[in-house]
Amino acid sequence: MTQGVQVVGLYVRDQDEALAFYVDKLGFRVHTDVRNGDYRWLTVQHPEQPSFQLGLFLPGPPVLDAATAQSVRAIVAKGAMPPLVLLVDDCRAAFARLHERGVEFTQEPVERFGSVDAGFRDPSGNGWKMIEARR
Amino acid sequence: MEDPDLLRRLLRAKDRMDAASHERWPVERLAQVSGVSPAHFARSFKQAFGVPPHRYLLTRRIERATALLRDTDLPITEVAFETGWESLGTFGRTFRDVTGENPSELRERVRAAADELGRVPACHVAAAHRPDLTIAVSEKRRLQAGGTNAPPTKEVP
Repeated sequence: MTQGVQVVGLYVRDQDEALAFYVDKLGFRVHTDVRNGDYRWLTVQHPEQPSFQLGLFLPGPPVLDAATAQSVRAIVAKGAMPPLVLLVDDCRAAFARLHERGVEFTQEPVERFGSVDAGFRDPSGNGWKMIEARR
Repeated sequence: MEDPDLLRRLLRAKDRMDAASHERWPVERLAQVSGVSPAHFARSFKQAFGVPPHRYLLTRRIERATALLRDTDLPITEVAFETGWESLGTFGRTFRDVTGENPSELRERVRAAADELGRVPACHVAAAHRPDLTIAVSEKRRLQAGGTNAPPTKEVP
Protein backbone atom coordinates (compact mmCIF):
# COMPACT_ATOMS: atom_id res chain seq x y z
CA MET A 1 0.00 0.00 0.00
CA THR A 2 1.45 3.39 -0.99
CA GLN A 3 -1.54 5.63 -0.33
CA GLY A 4 -3.70 6.00 2.74
CA VAL A 5 -3.88 7.46 6.24
CA GLN A 6 -0.41 7.45 7.76
CA VAL A 7 -0.71 9.38 11.04
CA VAL A 8 -3.64 10.23 13.29
CA GLY A 9 -2.77 12.28 16.36
CA LEU A 10 -4.05 12.34 19.91
CA TYR A 11 -3.61 15.23 22.27
CA VAL A 12 -1.98 14.18 25.53
CA ARG A 13 -1.23 16.12 28.70
CA ASP A 14 2.36 14.83 29.01
CA GLN A 15 4.32 13.11 26.25
CA ASP A 16 6.60 11.11 28.55
CA GLU A 17 3.60 9.81 30.46
CA ALA A 18 1.80 8.98 27.19
CA LEU A 19 4.85 7.24 25.78
CA ALA A 20 5.15 5.08 28.90
CA PHE A 21 1.46 4.22 28.68
CA TYR A 22 1.28 3.34 24.99
CA VAL A 23 4.62 1.51 24.89
CA ASP A 24 5.04 -0.09 28.32
CA LYS A 25 1.39 -0.81 29.05
CA LEU A 26 -0.31 -1.23 25.66
CA GLY A 27 2.69 -2.72 23.86
CA PHE A 28 2.99 -0.18 21.05
CA ARG A 29 6.43 0.71 19.62
CA VAL A 30 7.99 4.11 19.14
CA HIS A 31 8.04 5.06 15.46
CA THR A 32 9.37 8.61 15.58
CA ASP A 33 10.54 10.73 18.48
CA VAL A 34 12.23 13.93 17.36
CA ARG A 35 12.53 17.33 18.99
CA ASN A 36 12.95 20.82 17.67
CA GLY A 37 13.37 23.18 20.61
CA ASP A 38 10.30 22.67 22.82
CA TYR A 39 8.41 20.90 20.05
CA ARG A 40 8.40 17.12 20.04
CA TRP A 41 7.02 15.01 17.19
CA LEU A 42 6.20 11.69 18.80
CA THR A 43 4.44 8.81 17.10
CA VAL A 44 3.90 5.20 18.10
CA GLN A 45 2.82 2.15 16.18
CA HIS A 46 0.87 -1.00 16.86
CA PRO A 47 3.31 -3.92 16.33
CA GLU A 48 0.95 -5.53 13.82
CA GLN A 49 0.15 -2.36 11.90
CA PRO A 50 3.33 -0.99 10.29
CA SER A 51 1.60 1.39 7.89
CA PHE A 52 -0.15 3.42 10.58
CA GLN A 53 1.21 5.76 13.25
CA LEU A 54 -0.58 7.14 16.28
CA GLY A 55 0.72 10.61 17.13
CA LEU A 56 1.01 11.64 20.77
CA PHE A 57 1.04 15.42 20.67
CA LEU A 58 1.15 18.07 23.34
CA PRO A 59 -1.29 20.95 22.78
CA GLY A 60 0.78 24.12 22.99
CA PRO A 61 3.04 26.56 21.22
CA PRO A 62 4.10 26.93 18.48
CA VAL A 63 1.05 25.16 17.03
CA LEU A 64 -1.52 26.45 19.53
CA ASP A 65 -1.61 29.62 21.58
CA ALA A 66 -1.70 29.26 25.35
CA ALA A 67 -5.45 29.85 25.75
CA THR A 68 -6.37 27.41 23.00
CA ALA A 69 -3.96 24.85 24.44
CA GLN A 70 -5.65 25.21 27.83
CA SER A 71 -9.06 24.60 26.23
CA VAL A 72 -7.77 21.53 24.42
CA ARG A 73 -6.26 20.13 27.61
CA ALA A 74 -9.62 20.61 29.35
CA ILE A 75 -11.50 18.90 26.51
CA VAL A 76 -9.16 15.91 26.61
CA ALA A 77 -9.38 15.69 30.41
CA LYS A 78 -13.18 15.69 30.21
CA GLY A 79 -13.07 12.69 27.88
CA ALA A 80 -14.67 14.67 25.08
CA MET A 81 -12.32 13.65 22.29
CA PRO A 82 -13.70 11.27 19.65
CA PRO A 83 -13.78 7.52 20.22
CA LEU A 84 -10.81 5.26 19.52
CA VAL A 85 -11.11 1.54 18.85
CA LEU A 86 -8.44 -1.09 19.46
CA LEU A 87 -9.07 -4.45 17.84
CA VAL A 88 -7.83 -7.50 19.75
CA ASP A 89 -7.97 -11.28 19.26
CA ASP A 90 -9.13 -12.01 22.79
CA CYS A 91 -10.73 -9.18 24.75
CA ARG A 92 -10.85 -10.94 28.11
CA ALA A 93 -7.18 -11.98 27.92
CA ALA A 94 -6.16 -8.47 26.86
CA PHE A 95 -8.24 -7.02 29.70
CA ALA A 96 -6.53 -9.28 32.25
CA ARG A 97 -3.07 -8.40 30.92
CA LEU A 98 -3.65 -4.64 30.74
CA HIS A 99 -5.53 -4.48 34.04
CA GLU A 100 -2.56 -6.19 35.67
CA ARG A 101 -0.32 -3.48 34.22
CA GLY A 102 -2.45 -0.78 35.79
CA VAL A 103 -4.48 0.41 32.80
CA GLU A 104 -7.54 2.38 33.97
CA PHE A 105 -10.52 0.45 32.66
CA THR A 106 -13.86 2.20 32.40
CA GLN A 107 -15.73 -0.95 31.42
CA GLU A 108 -14.97 -4.59 32.03
CA PRO A 109 -15.37 -7.02 29.12
CA VAL A 110 -18.99 -7.46 28.09
CA GLU A 111 -20.26 -9.93 25.53
CA ARG A 112 -22.76 -8.41 23.12
CA PHE A 113 -23.66 -8.40 19.46
CA GLY A 114 -21.54 -11.48 18.82
CA SER A 115 -18.33 -9.95 20.19
CA VAL A 116 -16.72 -8.89 23.45
CA ASP A 117 -15.76 -5.32 24.25
CA ALA A 118 -14.16 -3.40 27.11
CA GLY A 119 -13.25 0.25 27.65
CA PHE A 120 -10.20 2.05 29.02
CA ARG A 121 -8.67 5.50 29.13
CA ASP A 122 -5.15 6.71 28.66
CA PRO A 123 -3.72 8.89 31.45
CA SER A 124 -4.79 12.07 29.64
CA GLY A 125 -8.44 11.00 29.33
CA ASN A 126 -8.59 9.71 25.75
CA GLY A 127 -11.12 6.89 25.70
CA TRP A 128 -10.59 3.57 23.95
CA LYS A 129 -12.98 0.76 23.17
CA MET A 130 -11.23 -2.58 23.00
CA ILE A 131 -13.21 -4.88 20.75
CA GLU A 132 -12.62 -8.54 20.03
CA ALA A 133 -12.32 -9.28 16.33
CA ARG A 134 -15.20 -11.40 15.05
CA ARG A 135 -13.98 -14.78 13.94
CA MET B 1 -11.82 27.26 33.15
CA GLU B 2 -11.22 24.38 35.54
CA ASP B 3 -7.83 22.83 36.07
CA PRO B 4 -7.32 19.89 33.63
CA ASP B 5 -6.08 17.66 36.44
CA LEU B 6 -9.30 18.22 38.36
CA LEU B 7 -11.33 17.62 35.19
CA ARG B 8 -9.53 14.32 34.67
CA ARG B 9 -10.50 13.27 38.21
CA LEU B 10 -14.10 14.42 37.67
CA LEU B 11 -14.12 12.28 34.52
CA ARG B 12 -13.17 9.32 36.68
CA ALA B 13 -16.35 9.82 38.73
CA LYS B 14 -18.38 10.13 35.53
CA ASP B 15 -16.78 6.91 34.24
CA ARG B 16 -17.71 5.14 37.46
CA MET B 17 -21.36 6.17 37.04
CA ASP B 18 -21.19 4.97 33.44
CA ALA B 19 -19.79 1.61 34.53
CA ALA B 20 -22.36 1.02 37.28
CA SER B 21 -25.33 3.33 36.77
CA HIS B 22 -27.59 0.90 38.63
CA GLU B 23 -25.70 1.57 41.85
CA ARG B 24 -26.41 4.38 44.27
CA TRP B 25 -24.12 7.34 43.68
CA PRO B 26 -24.53 9.88 46.45
CA VAL B 27 -22.39 12.98 46.02
CA GLU B 28 -20.14 11.88 48.89
CA ARG B 29 -19.21 8.68 47.03
CA LEU B 30 -18.54 10.52 43.76
CA ALA B 31 -16.52 13.20 45.53
CA GLN B 32 -14.35 10.52 47.03
CA VAL B 33 -13.62 9.07 43.58
CA SER B 34 -12.53 12.52 42.41
CA GLY B 35 -10.64 13.37 45.57
CA VAL B 36 -12.53 16.59 46.34
CA SER B 37 -15.09 17.77 48.90
CA PRO B 38 -18.77 17.00 48.17
CA ALA B 39 -19.67 20.68 47.75
CA HIS B 40 -16.74 21.27 45.41
CA PHE B 41 -17.60 18.11 43.49
CA ALA B 42 -21.22 18.98 42.77
CA ARG B 43 -20.30 22.47 41.58
CA SER B 44 -17.31 21.39 39.52
CA PHE B 45 -19.10 18.45 37.91
CA LYS B 46 -21.95 20.63 36.69
CA GLN B 47 -19.50 23.20 35.40
CA ALA B 48 -17.46 20.53 33.60
CA PHE B 49 -20.22 18.39 32.13
CA GLY B 50 -23.18 20.76 31.95
CA VAL B 51 -25.55 18.79 34.19
CA PRO B 52 -25.64 18.02 37.91
CA PRO B 53 -24.26 14.56 38.72
CA HIS B 54 -27.62 13.05 39.76
CA ARG B 55 -29.20 14.13 36.49
CA TYR B 56 -26.31 12.68 34.52
CA LEU B 57 -26.88 9.40 36.35
CA LEU B 58 -30.57 9.53 35.47
CA THR B 59 -29.82 9.92 31.76
CA ARG B 60 -27.47 6.92 31.92
CA ARG B 61 -30.12 4.81 33.65
CA ILE B 62 -32.70 5.72 31.03
CA GLU B 63 -30.17 5.00 28.28
CA ARG B 64 -29.37 1.60 29.75
CA ALA B 65 -33.04 0.80 30.27
CA THR B 66 -33.65 1.69 26.63
CA ALA B 67 -30.86 -0.68 25.56
CA LEU B 68 -32.24 -3.50 27.72
CA LEU B 69 -35.73 -2.94 26.33
CA ARG B 70 -34.32 -3.06 22.82
CA ASP B 71 -31.81 -5.88 23.13
CA THR B 72 -33.29 -8.28 25.68
CA ASP B 73 -36.57 -9.92 26.49
CA LEU B 74 -36.34 -9.00 30.16
CA PRO B 75 -39.73 -8.12 31.66
CA ILE B 76 -40.11 -4.40 32.34
CA THR B 77 -40.03 -5.03 36.10
CA GLU B 78 -36.60 -6.61 35.65
CA VAL B 79 -35.40 -3.74 33.46
CA ALA B 80 -36.42 -1.30 36.21
CA PHE B 81 -34.63 -3.33 38.85
CA GLU B 82 -31.50 -3.86 36.73
CA THR B 83 -31.13 -0.16 36.00
CA GLY B 84 -31.33 0.99 39.60
CA TRP B 85 -34.95 1.91 40.29
CA GLU B 86 -36.50 0.72 43.49
CA SER B 87 -40.09 0.89 42.24
CA LEU B 88 -41.67 0.02 38.92
CA GLY B 89 -44.02 2.98 39.21
CA THR B 90 -41.19 5.50 39.55
CA PHE B 91 -39.34 3.89 36.66
CA GLY B 92 -42.33 3.96 34.32
CA ARG B 93 -43.26 7.52 35.19
CA THR B 94 -39.71 8.86 34.95
CA PHE B 95 -39.08 6.96 31.72
CA ARG B 96 -42.18 8.45 30.16
CA ASP B 97 -41.36 11.93 31.39
CA VAL B 98 -37.87 11.78 29.90
CA THR B 99 -38.47 9.93 26.63
CA GLY B 100 -42.15 10.69 25.95
CA GLU B 101 -42.98 6.98 25.68
CA ASN B 102 -43.84 4.14 28.02
CA PRO B 103 -41.14 1.46 28.28
CA SER B 104 -43.33 -1.04 26.40
CA GLU B 105 -44.06 1.42 23.59
CA LEU B 106 -40.39 2.21 23.20
CA ARG B 107 -39.50 -1.49 23.14
CA GLU B 108 -41.81 -2.11 20.19
CA ARG B 109 -40.66 0.92 18.23
CA VAL B 110 -36.87 0.61 18.58
CA ARG B 111 -36.86 -3.09 17.79
CA ALA B 112 -38.35 -2.37 14.40
CA ALA B 113 -35.47 -0.01 13.54
CA ALA B 114 -32.60 -1.82 15.32
CA ASP B 115 -31.18 -3.74 12.37
CA GLU B 116 -29.78 -0.69 10.63
CA LEU B 117 -27.30 0.03 13.45
CA GLY B 118 -25.42 -3.27 13.41
CA ARG B 119 -22.12 -1.81 12.19
CA VAL B 120 -21.69 0.92 14.81
CA PRO B 121 -20.08 -0.08 18.15
CA ALA B 122 -22.85 -0.63 20.68
CA CYS B 123 -21.72 2.02 23.14
CA HIS B 124 -21.84 4.70 20.47
CA VAL B 125 -25.30 3.62 19.41
CA ALA B 126 -26.33 3.92 23.04
CA ALA B 127 -24.65 7.30 23.44
CA ALA B 128 -26.41 8.61 20.35
CA HIS B 129 -29.71 7.65 21.98
CA ARG B 130 -28.84 9.14 25.35
CA PRO B 131 -31.66 11.40 26.48
CA ASP B 132 -30.72 15.06 26.25
CA LEU B 133 -31.90 16.09 29.67
CA THR B 134 -31.17 19.77 29.82
CA ILE B 135 -33.77 20.50 32.47
CA ALA B 136 -34.83 18.70 35.62
CA VAL B 137 -37.44 16.00 35.15
CA SER B 138 -39.75 17.79 37.56
CA GLU B 139 -39.45 20.92 35.43
CA LYS B 140 -40.15 18.93 32.27
CA ARG B 141 -43.27 17.47 33.86
CA ARG B 142 -44.43 20.92 34.87
CA LEU B 143 -43.89 22.35 31.39
CA GLN B 144 -45.70 19.47 29.72
CA ALA B 145 -48.63 19.80 32.07
CA GLY B 146 -48.82 23.47 31.10
CA GLY B 147 -48.59 24.06 34.80
CA THR B 148 -48.37 27.35 36.53
CA ASN B 149 -47.02 26.02 39.77
CA ALA B 150 -44.04 27.70 41.29
CA PRO B 151 -40.83 25.91 40.29
CA PRO B 152 -39.87 23.30 42.85
CA THR B 153 -37.15 24.40 45.19
CA LYS B 154 -35.56 20.97 45.09
CA GLU B 155 -35.00 18.85 42.01
CA VAL B 156 -36.72 15.50 41.94
CA PRO B 157 -34.58 13.07 39.98
